[in-house]
Amino acid sequence: MKLTERDERLLAGERGEGAALAMRIVVGVGRATGAEELLDVAAAHVDGCLYHGQASLDFADRLARSGATVSVPTTLNVGSLDLLHPGLYRGDPETARKARRLMDAYVEMGCEPTWTCAPYQLTANRPSAGEHVAWAESNAIVFANSVLGARTERYGDFIDVSAAIAGRVPASGLHLDGNRRARVLFDLSGLPARLLEHDVLYPVLGYLVGRHSGGDVPALVGLPAGSASEDRLKALGAAAASSGSVALFHAVGITPEAPSLDEALAGGEPARSVEVTPEMVRQARDALTTTESKRLAAVSLGTPHFSLGEFAELVPLLEEGGRIHPEVDLYVSTSRGVLADVEERGWLDALERAGAQVVVDTCTYVTPILRRKDGPVMTNSAKWAHYAPANVGVEVVFGSLEECVLSAISGEVRRDGRLWQDL
Amino acid sequence: VTGVSGRTFRGHALVLGIAEGEATVLDEPLSFWGGVDSSTGVIVDRRHPQVGSSLRGRVLLMPSGRGSSSSSSVLAEAMRAGAAPAAILLLRPDPIVAIGAMVGSELYGMSLPVLVVGEEEYRCIRTGCSVSVRADGRRAEVRLED
Repeated sequence: MKLTERDERLLAGERGEGAALAMRIVVGVGRATGAEELLDVAAAHVDGCLYHGQASLDFADRLARSGATVSVPTTLNVGSLDLLHPGLYRGDPETARKARRLMDAYVEMGCEPTWTCAPYQLTANRPSAGEHVAWAESNAIVFANSVLGARTERYGDFIDVSAAIAGRVPASGLHLDGNRRARVLFDLSGLPARLLEHDVLYPVLGYLVGRHSGGDVPALVGLPAGSASEDRLKALGAAAASSGSVALFHAVGITPEAPSLDEALAGGEPARSVEVTPEMVRQARDALTTTESKRLAAVSLGTPHFSLGEFAELVPLLEEGGRIHPEVDLYVSTSRGVLADVEERGWLDALERAGAQVVVDTCTYVTPILRRKDGPVMTNSAKWAHYAPANVGVEVVFGSLEECVLSAISGEVRRDGRLWQDL
Repeated sequence: VTGVSGRTFRGHALVLGIAEGEATVLDEPLSFWGGVDSSTGVIVDRRHPQVGSSLRGRVLLMPSGRGSSSSSSVLAEAMRAGAAPAAILLLRPDPIVAIGAMVGSELYGMSLPVLVVGEEEYRCIRTGCSVSVRADGRRAEVRLED
């Protein structure tokens, strides 16, 4: 692998032992992926601040104590604690102490304490099309690549902050043109138009696309341009990343690298095509529910973190619907940045009046927050439905935002029959 | 290929190191995250056919890792706990596995060589074979013993 003089100086310890360690990791990954050289990145998003055990803390401490700092603007993903509402944490205090030390170590290295899995919702941190970045967190990666047209590989533990410190990444994977073209087509022309107009389709569709992509970059043909909001594309990408490790998708006529099908394919031919049927959508939807039980323990919204636009939909539903059932907890996970905007609009009062609990800096499926786990938890997130049963040990029920709110108020799972009648 | 006792072949080193142990060949892909208990090295993924087997001190053969990047942390944590495999042989390069082994080596001064080997050689190795692995800056070798 070709290294520049600057790369060699970093390896030799010019910026200290921590920065040299970071560079050894970047170079090691470059060798492992067969990269010929390294590239500069403009920014980074680091996921290592979520506590996974002593090794994650030992690594961050080693870097922070050596004085290593990030060399590009770097945002932080969720940690294990809600620092604004510390009382929500129900885990063991020793783990909490280490999780807090881990979060602090990343701030000491110069990362911004954004604590969000949706850094793309913070306008100051949106990379532009074609820009190379080092982003971790699967939903952020797929959003950056697909919706923003920026370029990032699937970075994760250890390599994320190493790339942020070095400001360099291996020139491989999705940083390179040839790996970004679509190879599998999903034809949506067989789906009822009404379903394509509803939010609930997007996480289900993403889940289905992930399962059928088989590691190839997918292109979706037939999404109506006017209805594909960023929130819907967020839900679609997060679901596809959960079920199939999708790190880039093209939505023809919508996403920046796919103004046309021909451009999504970069002039090539697709390896295969999938005709999406209503039956496939029904199966994907049903795979996101693990129980027939109706009596809810909780509702969890905001995975990935709720946007201001999603709060704008939730608040009137709660204001019209009335108070949440006393035995049901309704959690909404978001960033502290979006929470500030929510407060400014006076919406936090409405949420609290209805009995909703806003969670920031973390998420309800990565750390012990749920008060009750003795009944199903309902969610409008395919990602939450995919991970929560194993991560926090609950049964899940998937539904639309309206179904979630209706169910939270009544205390049991309520369905909107009209929503699903076409399947 | 039969009668491979004492056979030595080359691989491509993703992470350098020296190790030996009995082989465990995985029948299906495995995600360390959610799939292996980092304090014991035991496979805990209930959907995996080898659930309950321990990877501690074994030369682990798997085509490639699978799933979340958090698997890097689980591997490094298993190294800290002394519960990690002795070496890992892959069919395809896997940066997530390589990162975990690199970080564990850096933090805890241990050696966990990770090599990519050819398909024919990979298929010669059965669970229970004694295997030694040596990957330094110049060469990466795998040797099968009886």
